[in-house]
Amino acid sequence: MDDCNDALHELYTYIDGELTEGKREVITAHLNACGECFEAFDFQAELRQVVAHKCRDEVPDALKDRIAQLIDDEA
Amino acid sequence: MADQATFAEAAMPLMSSLYSAALRMTRNPADAEDLVQETYLKAYRGYGGFEEGTNLKAWLYRILTNTYINIYRAKKRRPDETDLDEVEDLYLYRRLGGLEAAQISRSAEDELMDWFTEDEVKQAVEDLPEQFRVAVLLADVEGFAYKEIAEILDIPIGTVMSRLHRGRSRLQKSLYDFARTRGLADEDTDPDAPPRRQPERTR
Repeated sequence: MDDCNDALHELYTYIDGELTEGKREVITAHLNACGECFEAFDFQAELRQVVAHKCRDEVPDALKDRIAQLIDDEA
Repeated sequence: MADQATFAEAAMPLMSSLYSAALRMTRNPADAEDLVQETYLKAYRGYGGFEEGTNLKAWLYRILTNTYINIYRAKKRRPDETDLDEVEDLYLYRRLGGLEAAQISRSAEDELMDWFTEDEVKQAVEDLPEQFRVAVLLADVEGFAYKEIAEILDIPIGTVMSRLHRGRSRLQKSLYDFARTRGLADEDTDPDAPPRRQPERTR
């Protein structure tokens, strides 16, 4: 249970890839041993991907052209 | 020192990611276009100060966020001091994690991706108070490292982590509200119920 709390404490630093290798290995070992934490971490990592994937928009061509023109004019 | 002649070639391909971020920040296409245009002009004019070989995307984001914050704060007259209630880290998982296991007919990988529409996720991000929204955008959408976000926003790494933490928790709460509205989750889901123990996924 303590291991679960320790792991959860590093939830975001782990999924963000911000842990030192040593700490990362400790958490990875716990996740391999604890299905409950594995599922929770996996869910959060997926959620991060969902946010990344669904927040993409196409630049309007008119904006691209306008900026290219403005930069040309400055040169 | 970077040569202005190379600016367009290096910076134009990054425009769609900057435009997406600008849309989330301003929450309005006309303002987003102005913000991106202003960012590119400032960047072009200041390109001589960009150190070649360093991260151009981070440099452009720094100009984008500074420009946004200046306009936004000028409009609002004072910085957004909103704080967020503490929401647990696993807010959404504890409420929806069980659903995922229940939908066994679907493939494990794309379930969560399919639960929320693009509009819902965008709305949830845009509903975050400014400082949390920007941190979440830089980390989750753009994949910047904490150190890069700290440099872009000129704040300590600890502040980046705390904004990210609170912003992400709040985002989960908004997404859960969407799920509940659509009947994905029960109205009476017990917020304090422990997660159901689930079998490990095969990958």
